[in-house]
Amino acid sequence: MSASKISIMVVTGSVERLQMAAMVASVGAVSGGDVSVFLSMNALLFFIKGRNATATAEGEFGRVMAGKNVPPFKDLFHRAVDLGGAKIYPCSMAMDVLSTNREDLEPYLSEPLGLTKFLSDAVGSQVWTF
Amino acid sequence: MAEKKVIDARGTFCPGPLMELISNMKLINVGDELEVLSTDKGSASDVPEWVNKVGHQMVSTTEENGVWHIVVRKAK
Repeated sequence: MSASKISIMVVTGSVERLQMAAMVASVGAVSGGDVSVFLSMNALLFFIKGRNATATAEGEFGRVMAGKNVPPFKDLFHRAVDLGGAKIYPCSMAMDVLSTNREDLEPYLSEPLGLTKFLSDAVGSQVWTF
Repeated sequence: MAEKKVIDARGTFCPGPLMELISNMKLINVGDELEVLSTDKGSASDVPEWVNKVGHQMVSTTEENGVWHIVVRKAK
């Protein structure tokens, strides 16, 4: 297993899990990791341009965090790309379900990817799911 | 001549100070130093961990009235 290859699957709509996923992606990427993020299900909704949805807190921590100066999860994902060369792939199935095109998504996302390719690429890597 | 720039990351939480450091690291020359001001205790240990991992140089870490002063030299 390559310790520097990190695959992160993000499907949640909870702010705590999105925040942790973004922290793993950004810190992993800037520390030299080869980071790939796969966005699907509820998580993809937050990466549609112009959609000002707020991720919901699933517990007390999320509610407390909202009042603190914690870096927003989308900023951290963006920095993972800009500073660490991470790749963030929107799930092609989720895009079909949402009737979303590539142009509707944040520009720092990579081209859509299918689950089969993501799983194939993830062989031998650390795998994180949120 | 080497220069030193101060990054005020006080009030932000992990990994905010680290990300501010890395953003600025790309803008300075080898040999220059960055001093990160942070009130996040975790960053006081995380930043040196990152610096050692990627091959820059830690100059010093000091705490003063709840503010960590983390000084890093760009080595490559």
